[in-house]
Amino acid sequence: MLKQSFKQTGILVRFIVRQDRVRIPIWIISLLLITFSTAISFSGLYENQQERQAIAQTMLNPVMTAMVGPSEGLDNYTNGAMLAHQMLLFTAIAVAIMNILLVAKHTRMEEEDGQVELIQAFPVGRLSNLSATVLVVCGTNVLLAFIIGFGLAALRIESLGLEGSLLYGAALGITGIFFVGITAIFAQLSESSRGTIGFSFAVLILAYLIRAIGDIGNETLSWFSPLGIVLSAEVYVYNYWTPILLVGLLALLLLVIAFFLNSIRDLGAGFLSSKPGKIHASLFLQGPISLALRVQRTGLIAWAIGILVLGASYGSVLGDLESFFKDVDMMDALLTQVDGFSLIEQFIPMLMMVLAMFCTVPALLIVFKLKGEEKKGHTESLLTRAVSRTSVMGSYVIISIVTSVVMLLLAVVGLWSASVAVMDEAIPVRTLLEAALVYLPAMWTMIGVAVLLTGFLPQFTGVTWLYYVYSFIVVYLGALLQLPDWMGKLTPFGHIPQLPVEEMDFMTLSVIVIIAITLIILGFVTYNRRDILG
Amino acid sequence: MSIVQTHNLTKKFGKFTALDQVNLHVDEGEVYGFIGPNGSGKSTMIRLLLGMIKATKGEATIFGMDAWKDAVDIHKRIAYVPGDVNLWPNLTGGEVIDLFMKLRGAGNKNRREEMIEKFKLDPSKKCRNYSKGNRQKVALVAAFASDADLYILDEPTSGLDPLMERVFQECVLDAKKDGKSILLSSHILSEVEKLCDRVGIISEGKMIETGTLSELRHLTRTNLLVETKLKVIGLQELRGISSIKETGQVLSFQVDAEELDMVIKYVSQFGIVRLESAPPTLEDLFISHYEVKPNVKTVI
Ligand SMILES: Nc1ncnc2c1ncn2[C@@H]1O[C@H](COP(=O)(O)OP(=O)(O)OP(=O)(O)O)[C@@H](O)[C@H]1O
Ligand SMILES: [Mg+2]
Repeated sequence: MLKQSFKQTGILVRFIVRQDRVRIPIWIISLLLITFSTAISFSGLYENQQERQAIAQTMLNPVMTAMVGPSEGLDNYTNGAMLAHQMLLFTAIAVAIMNILLVAKHTRMEEEDGQVELIQAFPVGRLSNLSATVLVVCGTNVLLAFIIGFGLAALRIESLGLEGSLLYGAALGITGIFFVGITAIFAQLSESSRGTIGFSFAVLILAYLIRAIGDIGNETLSWFSPLGIVLSAEVYVYNYWTPILLVGLLALLLLVIAFFLNSIRDLGAGFLSSKPGKIHASLFLQGPISLALRVQRTGLIAWAIGILVLGASYGSVLGDLESFFKDVDMMDALLTQVDGFSLIEQFIPMLMMVLAMFCTVPALLIVFKLKGEEKKGHTESLLTRAVSRTSVMGSYVIISIVTSVVMLLLAVVGLWSASVAVMDEAIPVRTLLEAALVYLPAMWTMIGVAVLLTGFLPQFTGVTWLYYVYSFIVVYLGALLQLPDWMGKLTPFGHIPQLPVEEMDFMTLSVIVIIAITLIILGFVTYNRRDILG
Repeated sequence: MSIVQTHNLTKKFGKFTALDQVNLHVDEGEVYGFIGPNGSGKSTMIRLLLGMIKATKGEATIFGMDAWKDAVDIHKRIAYVPGDVNLWPNLTGGEVIDLFMKLRGAGNKNRREEMIEKFKLDPSKKCRNYSKGNRQKVALVAAFASDADLYILDEPTSGLDPLMERVFQECVLDAKKDGKSILLSSHILSEVEKLCDRVGIISEGKMIETGTLSELRHLTRTNLLVETKLKVIGLQELRGISSIKETGQVLSFQVDAEELDMVIKYVSQFGIVRLESAPPTLEDLFISHYEVKPNVKTVI
């Protein structure tokens, strides 16, 4: 019976590889590019140990720890230590996202769409599809780990030794495999692919937050996060392999649970079953706006909670930061005060930028939902019912813009309320609000890009995410990587005045708003002209 | 010999009973039609038989093996076509057919080409560009190109044009000629009437009627049209007569099967000029079964 359950896994493995012959290489190549180019740029960035050490000093504060991880390597900040400190966590998150999307696609998404049912009617084991998916995706992680490991060593950069490099690769690979396990479990629990992806992302975000809070204050807490455990490998510093092994064992356990759950459930069913829907459309559900809103309700609520928590966790960091600056006189000398702004205030723009970036995601997801609904043919049925295209797209755009504002406000509320609780001298809410709201024009420009692509090149709406990731890397890591200025100017986020440190600049903001409006209008025009996808 | 056999098969989804103690058997070389209104449990039944969902109670055997436990062995001799075929958008139809044939093991290249020809499928197109009917054809080609002993078809022709529908019917009859068994669920009653040896009618999870078409017809009324020399009187008083319509000397009415003999005898007293009878169509049967339901409910 057990052997029967895995019948023909081999053929399915080859079949999945065939389907993903483009998707997987793109992921791997992007991850390699990011890793190798950062490693090379780091080695060229600083002439000697003193320069690196100076940079290390600026990293020695709770905000940086919360963002990139613990700072064990800072005492001896070699090229390797710097790479692991600044890049490992972010790359690991990217790897986790790749795994969540790949696994969800071949498990619950194909089950929902009926492909699994077709396959299952052949002499194929009940667990074959899951095991083929797990094999292919885990294989991708192993491949990635080896290429990154040997590749980094082959760059022959000082202090990037073979063992450390292999460990760097292994840390990424094992994070990926852990999220294969997580996603495989949610693919059994949830009845929909949206649920599977949503729950898995929630685990990823939670892992990040737990680690952030743990790394600042309570180290044991970090051990409850897979990302925290992986970072404790101290790549290029002490090179511990045990954490990798530990996460590997956890991943194995998760996979066993996933296989067990799969073996006892009906095809198409989940353990968290959805509630029966309403028989009549409620009064609320009668125009395209409310329909669009209803479709996304659960997701939006989840995002709102997530953003609030994220804001609050950054807010709680501010308290640590305040006491930290009080203790360390040296920091005063290092980060000279700018025009009478406190050190805390100098961190605000960066916090706001990160929060604004996060708040952009749900707003973008709403615009993409329009294309998703269109592909499933739902839009077609709306459009044939005397609802104009402009009002269909308009409802999504309006919700998207409202979402961007609401999310940002929630982030500020979270940040402010937590900071009031932990700080001696709280930052006025007005300062925070201003510093946050200036990012709205940049967020709207991103929405504009998404709208334009939906109208103009619907097959390539994914490009918006590339642009988003580019913006994130350039604005967030630009200063660290000492990227040229013009790269930062290619994203709207790079033009936003850094309140409260910089002056308010209404001129620039108006220009960005005009660009955003132009993009959106162009999106509407092209959407009205093109064919509906079927 | 029974190829498919179920015994008090019951499936509950939570509190909802989708199938309630269903007994069904499909014999070797037989085409069995499975009809019933939307949501009555046809697809649920088929998923149970394919071992994709597990029965709450009762048992289902195919080729004498347990549908859930021995699913892999059973599937070696089964071909399945669902009503809603979704394929992999970035592969071509030909690639998908090849995969299906590889998964089944024994494949026949010639039959594959023959079927592709027959269904007029372009196998070089990407699945994302296929229309619904063409996706359906991919599954049908793969099914009929295989050498299965049992074909399980769940509304296989939804989305096919009339021409392809005819090709499909030929394929079913060919398979039957080769001694294969077929379980066909369908809403197209003329198709079921044409193809099936026996029919089962399911409603709200219960098998309400099963038998050959002629057996089922016995259960309902025959349409009669008579023209007589003398005017027929007293027809209303007879048992088992309904929907009488009179146009001059021509009478049309429905007669219960049991009363047919008596009614003809009675009418012949008046001198029959013309007599036409039409058997009830499956549609009459179907509708008479379904329409009764709500009335019964309101009475209770
Ligand atoms: N996984 C499930 N969970 C809950 N209820 C289900 C599930 N699958 C089916 N049902 C319910 O079982 C009943 C029978 O569904 P089934 O799909 O078998 O109907 P059907 O006869 O095939 O209908 P159709 O003619 O529309 O295809 C329906 O009321 C359906 O809502
Ligand atoms: Mg059905």
